[in-house]
Amino acid sequence: MRTALAALAALALSTHAGLAGEVAPTDVNYMDGAVEMSLSGTAGDATEGRSIVGSKKKGNCVACHMVSDLADVPFHGEIGPPLDGAGERWTEAELRGIVANAKLTFEDSMMPSFYKTEGFIRPGKAYTGKAADDTFGPLLTAQQIEDVVAYLVTLKE
Amino acid sequence: MQKIKTVLGTCAAMALTAGVAMAGPAEDKLILNEEIEMVTVTTAPDHMSDAMDTIYSGWHFRGVETRAMQSDDFDNPGMIAVEQAEDAWNTVDGSEGKSCASCHDGSDSMAGVKPVYPKWSEAAGEVRTLEHQINDCRENRMGAEKWKYTGGTMQGMVALIASVSRGMPVNVAIDGPAQSMWEQGKELYYTRTGQLELSCANCHEDNYGMMIRADHLSQGQINGFPVYRLKNTKLNSVHARFKGCVRDTRAETYKPGGQEFIALELYVTSRGNGLSVEGPSIRN
Ligand code: HEC
Ligand code: HEC
Ligand code: HEC
Repeated sequence: MRTALAALAALALSTHAGLAGEVAPTDVNYMDGAVEMSLSGTAGDATEGRSIVGSKKKGNCVACHMVSDLADVPFHGEIGPPLDGAGERWTEAELRGIVANAKLTFEDSMMPSFYKTEGFIRPGKAYTGKAADDTFGPLLTAQQIEDVVAYLVTLKE
Repeated sequence: MQKIKTVLGTCAAMALTAGVAMAGPAEDKLILNEEIEMVTVTTAPDHMSDAMDTIYSGWHFRGVETRAMQSDDFDNPGMIAVEQAEDAWNTVDGSEGKSCASCHDGSDSMAGVKPVYPKWSEAAGEVRTLEHQINDCRENRMGAEKWKYTGGTMQGMVALIASVSRGMPVNVAIDGPAQSMWEQGKELYYTRTGQLELSCANCHEDNYGMMIRADHLSQGQINGFPVYRLKNTKLNSVHARFKGCVRDTRAETYKPGGQEFIALELYVTSRGNGLSVEGPSIRN
């Protein structure tokens, strides 16, 4: 969990420099929780998305969700519903909204908001326990969100 | 009992966790040294009856071997620190030429103390944890140096004082002069901190019994502290544990020994009113 530092440094670059064609976390347009427009302007890579969902250092989605397709990854949690079939239950825009900020789809959800940079109470510097500094960025980059969404769309039952 | 959800899809996840885990608290009884029957599950105290019906010691959420290890003092590695603290209890230290025993007699005179801490100190006009009270005796009555709040010597002493109350029910006062501190602790318990925006309640009230990745979530009770963790092979203080859980929400933590954690300790202890004092307990 701790080695998210490197990822954060990378994030700082992408968010602060504002890559061309990228929607900043504070500019995302949510419609009933869903987000129509790609956040990065570049198509998502489902293979990369699969790795982000299973990786402790990136999305760590399996901490809370069981995913049958990720049987090679040990220890799936059971806080949220299994993600099997998510690509059938939700449209791509809805999935993008859920991953970027689930609280706009599920009120008070325990699911973290992966593309958000404001409104936190005592935000820290990753898992150090120290206060956030200017390396603070969203949990996932715009492109990582797109990759995750591209993967979730493939999850059919 | 609605909280002990038998979640669908659990089975698949369980299969992966090598058959150790199971949803909900394990059904088991803790009898210490074949003698003391410990209360590890009981009715929730009134102040939290709208949140849950039943409270469980963290012991119920650990594996068979860890549970067994705690039932016999010869197998409990935390008891080594207790023995060392017994020596410290009788050792003269500081400018006044006194040991704890000079004023308190044997360490068994501390029976009944741990269940009521953190406690309002009339003389000091504040809520104190055991650590604060011990350091007060060292500094102001013995003329000795303070012990580090979360350090091994201090936690050994806290474990010794806890150990002579094992089997007695936790019973901290939450009204009277301690009430405002208790309210503050409750507020902290329900505050969603850090970039992950998680409160203690998200994990330990709404989801106990569930797996979060490889961890079997307990109610986050502290009747078993100090806790000997197999993970770091030493006694862990309540505040160090709090600090770790706050850090894991990607938040800026509070300081061990500070006001916020004293308040949180008072509140969390009160959620365990009725459970037996277990310290030093064993967890992973
Ligand atoms: C801390 C736990 C937690 C983490 C981590 C988490 N989620 Fe969730 N997620 C939930 C919960 C709980 C729900 C159920 C919605 C609700 O009622 O809050 C949910 C719901 C969902 C849903 C809708 C479920 C459905 O099919 O109906 C999707 C899709 C989802 N999460 C994807 C993800 C992805 C992708 C990640 C990682 C980038 C992730 N989640 C990380 C807790 C989590
Ligand atoms: C010079 C005498 C003296 C020495 C030495 C001393 N204490 Fe105390 N201790 C007291 C007195 C008097 C009180 C009651 C103080 C009060 O209520 O404010 C007390 C209270 C306590 C309490 C709280 C008991 C309760 O019922 O709340 C604990 C715990 C304690 N001492 C531990 C220790 C330890 C551990 C040591 C050795 C490291 C020690 N004391 C050394 C005099 C002493
Ligand atoms: C993301 C989920 C999560 C959050 C939020 C969280 N914890 Fe924990 N906590 C855990 C896990 C996992 C463990 C280890 C397994 C267990 O005992 O639940 C744990 C263990 C504990 C323990 C040790 C219990 C024992 O029996 O030894 C205590 C005490 C505790 N937490 C208190 C807290 C407090 C207080 C807060 C809020 C400041 C908090 N936790 C927030 C996940 C969490």
